[in-house]
Parts: sequence; structure tokens; C-alpha cells
Amino acid sequence: MFRFIFSRLMQGFAVILGVLCITFGLLKLAPGSPLQSERNIPDHIRAQRMAMSGLDQPLPVQLWRYIVSFATFDFPVSAKTPGRGVDEIIAQGFPVSAQVGVAALLIALALGIPMGALAALRPNSLEDRVSTVAATLGICTPSMVLGPILALVFGLKLRWFNASGWYDADDWVLPAMTLGIIYSAYIARLTRGGLRETLAQEFIRTARAKGASEAAIVFRHSFKLACLPVLNFLGPTAAGLMTGSIITETVFQLPGLGQHFVGAAVNRDYDLAMATAVFYAALIVGFNLIVDFLQALLNPRIGFKA
Amino acid sequence: MSQESSQSHSQKAWQSLLRNRLTVAAMVLLGVLVLLCCIGPFFSPYGPNDQNLELRATSPSFSHWLGTDPLGRDLATRIMHGGRISMLVGLLATAVGSIIGVGYGLVAGLAGKRTDALMMRFVDVLYAFPFITFVIILVVIFGREFWLIFVAIGAVEWLTMARVVRGQVLTLKNLEYVQAARACGAGFWHILARHMLPNVMGPVIIYSSLTIPGVMMLEATLSFLGLGIQPPDASWGVLISEGAASMAAYPWMLIGPSVFFSATLLALNLIGDALRDALDPKSVRE
Repeated sequence: MFRFIFSRLMQGFAVILGVLCITFGLLKLAPGSPLQSERNIPDHIRAQRMAMSGLDQPLPVQLWRYIVSFATFDFPVSAKTPGRGVDEIIAQGFPVSAQVGVAALLIALALGIPMGALAALRPNSLEDRVSTVAATLGICTPSMVLGPILALVFGLKLRWFNASGWYDADDWVLPAMTLGIIYSAYIARLTRGGLRETLAQEFIRTARAKGASEAAIVFRHSFKLACLPVLNFLGPTAAGLMTGSIITETVFQLPGLGQHFVGAAVNRDYDLAMATAVFYAALIVGFNLIVDFLQALLNPRIGFKA
Repeated sequence: MSQESSQSHSQKAWQSLLRNRLTVAAMVLLGVLVLLCCIGPFFSPYGPNDQNLELRATSPSFSHWLGTDPLGRDLATRIMHGGRISMLVGLLATAVGSIIGVGYGLVAGLAGKRTDALMMRFVDVLYAFPFITFVIILVVIFGREFWLIFVAIGAVEWLTMARVVRGQVLTLKNLEYVQAARACGAGFWHILARHMLPNVMGPVIIYSSLTIPGVMMLEATLSFLGLGIQPPDASWGVLISEGAASMAAYPWMLIGPSVFFSATLLALNLIGDALRDALDPKSVRE
């Protein structure tokens, strides 16, 4: 098991290194530089600033500097926001995104799993039809449609919450509902599929034959296996939600992390773009590691094979 | 698999598609939406960018069925025009992504060994990449021209296709007919083009049809952020973002394009699911 974790960790570091290199390559391909917008600065000052941020070095040296700085947690100071390290910028946005993301994930699971399970247990019943249609509708509702509608109804009309901004303690509710409702649709579909497939298997028939109750069949025998597709989906989804959905953060004007993914690329803020990409990759790798571990735990057929 | 049995397989699939009333309804819905967007603008008395500044924003009326925006532009015409752009981007970006994914998956799967391992590790790395940053950087590199937007979207939407195709090739390449072809002296590219490609088309079609709605969503996301289609042209994403900005005063500006966009996504998703059920022999049908 330790070999399993060790080898997955090594793979994870390789993935993060790969993401770092690709981001670096793409940023260098893109025209423009972080110093581009400042007009009319004398050449010697430009050269000085280039030297300060290391932009005058050969490309491999620049890449190596990024790798060293991320590996030693000694983060560069963004050229666009003097005096603030990129780690500070991320540390400021992440709690907002994470709070919304975790709440959205819990809403999605609380809605999606019962809905999918109900549909799977009574195939072709009214419950099944209603939950399948609801799930399909949920998948087809973009957050850029649902978000403004929720803001309009609960923010502007009913005045239960602020329509946008991050001022009150309950400002996470509307964005989390937006994302939670949409993701619950995916989770309901996966739960339904996983549970139906499991219920059709031989060992469930055996359990039925030996007289296990319906509740025992669902909760003790099927659920562990039926959860695997949901678990698989949750890894990348959790990472995506915690780093902030760009659309919901735009709609509700949250000071989260999502804005930096767009802003850094548009403003050619190399340091911040690298940092956000590496941070995202690290979260993905981390969550996938947890998912792999749980899967091995839940399904003895997968096991801890390196 | 002989030509005859594959024919009857696809015929069976087609029949089972038509038996499902929901699927037929989805096909009709999609057909109506496509027709409306393609020929609708010709019957409209307004141009998509014709302004009527005296009129300003009006709610739906007899002369403007879906209302007008603050510049007095007819929303119905703009939605139909926007639909053309959104659907076109959806189709073309999916085509770009599918071509990259199929090519990549075929080569990786057939080459095998270290090439395969290396190529698929690269895909793993890209999966851990924040795709929105990727697209935005690509848009920044390429500029915001229309034809480059779907290239940029296609360039990030090929990963799962590559995995699907590679998996298929791995099971196909050890079959006897491939060994026979190899024994006859068929080369790598000949086997790839003549024996692998035709046999992976089933999963490719299924997966492409499921990719289109995702791609349309991505285009809408980009346009919503102001990085996609540039004004005065409008895709559905642009219209929805304009509507979201003024929903308190003119709610019809959000409702109109949202309904069209969601209906299209719904129809595409239903058709994609039905195709998968019909063409995938592994899926259980009751």
C-alpha cells in the first residue's frame, strides 16, 4: 500500500511538472509580455525591470527558476501587482472559492445521490422518469443562465440574499446553489447508472436468494460498488469547484480564484498564470490520489496495485 | 466483422433509435431549431444588427416577437443569427477536436509500447491542466477571429476522444484479421487507415455527438467572458451575457436566448444518449 501511494505521488509530481512546462511554453508563445502595457518607458529602465523579473534570461533558465521557486515554496512576486507574492494572491482568493465549492459539492451530493438511487431502484417508474428528465434538464442548464435567474429571484425580487458581491456571511448560498444544482444532475445520472449496473450482478442475486432485506441489499451490498463512477467523477470536479467556477464568480462578483485564471492569461501576468495553473494541477493530482485510494479501498478487485 | 453484419447492426441501431419516442421528439426539436436558425433570418424584416434607437428596449410584442434590446435591435433575429454562430462553432470545434483525438488515439494505440505510454502520459498531464487558461492563452495567441475560436476549443476537447479511440484500438489490433493483414506485409499506416479507422467509427460518432453540447457550452463561456465572438456579432453566449447584465430591467433579454440555448443542448444530449444506447452493444437495454 505504501508502494502504491509512493508511486502515485511520483506520478503526480511528474504531472505537475508537465503542466508547469506546458504553461511556460504557451505563455512564451503568446505575443506580448508583462511589461507591454506600460508605454514610453526609457530603454534602460525597461532593461532594468526585465532584469529584475528575470525576463532577460534565456528561456531554459527562466523555466528552471520557476521550477525551483515552486519546489521550494519561494514564490515569485507578480510583475503586475508589485509587493504581493502570487502565493498571497492565491491565499486570498482560495478561501472564497473553496467555501463556495465545498458547499456546492455537498448540495450536489445531497440532491444527486438520493435522486439517482430512487431512479435506479424503480426502473421505468414515474420517479425514474421524473428524476431522469430533471437530471437531463440540469445538465442542459448552463450556470450562466441559472446563476442570473437565481440572483434575480432570490436577490432582487425576494431580497433573501445579496444578488452579488461578497459582504455578508451568507453570500456563498446563491453561487453554491447554482453550481450544486447543476452538478447534482451529473451525480444523479452516475448514481443511477452505477446502482443499476450493480443491482444486475450475480452477487446481488445471491444476496437476494439468501433472504437479505432490500435495505441491506442496497446499503450493504450495492452501494460501495455503485459509488465508484460517482467517486471517479468527484476527483476532478472537486478540484474544479474549489478553484472557483469562472462563470459563477463573474455572475455573483465573488473575489475568488476563478477571476485570476482569466485575468492572468489576458494580462500576460506570467507569474500568476504559472502559479494558478500549478495550483490547479496540484489540486487535481491531490484529489485524484484520494479518489484512487478510496477506490482501492472500496473495490477489492482494483486493489492497491502500483 | 463482415460488411453485411455491420449493415444490419447499424440498421438495427437506427430502428431502435426511432422506436424511442423521446429520441424522435429530440430529433424533431433539433431539426426545427436548426431550420429556424438557418432560414429564419431570411424571413425576418429586421437585420441582426439593425438599430432602432427611438424604440430602445421593448418587451415582446406583435412586431418584435421576442422583444428588442436597448439599441432597438430585434431579439428574435439576433437569436436566430446567434444560433447559426453557436451551432457552427459547436460542429466545427467538435470536428477539430475529433480529428485530433482520433489521430492521436489511433497512433498511440497501434504503436503501443513506449510510444503509447509516452503519448498517454501527455494526455494525463493535459487532463490536470486548467482548460480555461489553456483556451484563453490560445485565444490570446491566435487573436479573437471567428475561425480561430473553434480551433482553440477543438485543441482542448480531444483528450477523452483520444482515450476512447486508443482503448478501442488496443482491443482491435490483436484480432486475427489484423494479424493476417500484418502477415501479408501491410505497413503501419495501411493498417491504421484501412483496418483500425473504419472500426473505431462507432464510438467516435457516439462520443462526438456527446461532445457537441460541451463545446457549445465552452463557446458560450468564452463569449460570456468577452473572449469569444466579438460585437456587433452575437452568439448565444454573447446574448445570454447581455441578458444577464440587464435582467432586472429587461428580463426577456435573458429568457429568450437562454430558452433557445438550453433547448438545443437538451436535444443534443438526448440524441447523444440515445445513440450511445443504440450503438454500444455493451449497454443494457430493457
